[in-house]
Amino acid sequence: MSSIGTGYDLSVSTYSPDGRLFQVEYAAKAAENAGLSIGLKCTDGIVLAVEKIVQSKLLVKGANRRIMSLDNHVGMVSSGLLADGRHLAKRGREEAQSYRDQYGAPMTLKALIERVAMYEHAYTCYGSVRPFGISTIMAGVDKTGPQLYVVEPSGSYYGYRASAVGKGKQLAKTELEKLDLSTITVKQGVMEVARIAHLVHDDNKEGNFELEMTWIGPETKGFHEHVPSQLLQEAEEAAKRALEEAMEED
Amino acid sequence: MADMINTVNMERLKKGEVNLGTSIMAVAFEGGVVLGADSRTTTGSYIANRVTDKLTHIHDRVYCCRSGSAADTQRFSASAPKVNIDGFAFLPFGTRQAVADIVHYHAQFYAAQHDSRPPVHTIASLFQSLCYENKDRLSAGIIVAGWDEEQGGQVYNIPLGGGIFRQPWSIGGSGSTYVYGYCDATYKEGMSEDETVNFVRNTLALAMARDGSSGGCIRMCVITKGGVRRIFVPGNELPKFWEGAELIETKRAISGKPEMSLPATAGEGMVVQ
Repeated sequence: MSSIGTGYDLSVSTYSPDGRLFQVEYAAKAAENAGLSIGLKCTDGIVLAVEKIVQSKLLVKGANRRIMSLDNHVGMVSSGLLADGRHLAKRGREEAQSYRDQYGAPMTLKALIERVAMYEHAYTCYGSVRPFGISTIMAGVDKTGPQLYVVEPSGSYYGYRASAVGKGKQLAKTELEKLDLSTITVKQGVMEVARIAHLVHDDNKEGNFELEMTWIGPETKGFHEHVPSQLLQEAEEAAKRALEEAMEED
Repeated sequence: MADMINTVNMERLKKGEVNLGTSIMAVAFEGGVVLGADSRTTTGSYIANRVTDKLTHIHDRVYCCRSGSAADTQRFSASAPKVNIDGFAFLPFGTRQAVADIVHYHAQFYAAQHDSRPPVHTIASLFQSLCYENKDRLSAGIIVAGWDEEQGGQVYNIPLGGGIFRQPWSIGGSGSTYVYGYCDATYKEGMSEDETVNFVRNTLALAMARDGSSGGCIRMCVITKGGVRRIFVPGNELPKFWEGAELIETKRAISGKPEMSLPATAGEGMVVQ
């Protein structure tokens, strides 16, 4: 984006003469430069992952979780400003809970994403607020099966079979496109997502990272849970081996 | 706090209320559900409406039948020497209509927002929360029944306190107490549509025969994937069952005197004058 605002980027409620909202585009920039998040929809569930750059060696490994649950059956991860993500998750949880209270049934992903996206959109309409600086992947399993959506700071959302947001999303998406998404299971998905996360990450440029991964599948009985540490470890080791082999071939 | 609890009386028939002494019923079968009700509305001993439609449309594939009843204990309670006509008090028609109207609104809203029909369970849940949250003001016993893509024909019973119970068949209203045994003895799993319609018709006819505040004709709804079919049984075409035998006969022919006595089959304990 070569353009500069020239006065049209001071408020989110002001269009530029060519019809753009610069503040919303800047918010998207904040999301693009943050750690990579990956979401994968499988035949029997979903997998979510996030690359967490280790900011300090004093941080406790496994603490500071980034992937959140909005309801038993819905997970959410976002790239961008962490606090914005947690605020959006809070709203999502409230929506999911009030739906349960009113209708006595778990919310469908379609309904939930609509509400959450409307909320994000409201923050692009008023001069007194700033848009969310996050791109968010929401995934879950409802009565219609596995579902995955991505919401942007503008409040627009799309359904995907797989997607990635944050730094390196293009490379990650190219790798996701190579998978056979119509037959993949969550077990295979965990391995592939770990491989892609390690492939996209550049240790030399960004430093070490910790991979956090959650899933919903036959093993979790429809609940959104963290992938067991042993399975995650296996997946990461396999990912590293695969990368080394690929390096040797080159 | 204790005072507040004591002032809550869910079982009282408010002054001047129109009774809806009722016999209502819903039965699920493979592929759908049948609802049925009698048609009597009373004010005291006066039948205000003899062709009432007690089956209320909630959404495309969901109907409900509603009743409210005071506890049977009221009849025997020393503190309530004046007894309601039948020991059952019923929610005024206006209030019942209000509850159904609110749920109808929510159902339409759901359909617009989700671009699909609300599941029967969802509608039952809406009724349930209304009944639970207003239990001190309502005396509504509701049966919600319908068909949806996910679970087929379903019947939900929402009794007085605002619980929710899914049942294969459910009966309600003052007339229902007379026919629980008949239902237990007659209901079978896996009945066809026709068998289910007959079951509902017979049960309601029996209930209406015994219950003074039920009567008139039978109205039914058959809800399946294809839609809703209404059935009407006029009062003179109700199925007939045993209606009592002539116990007294005059033995004029034998003795020549106008003497009355029991037929040979009658028990000795019975006294006839």
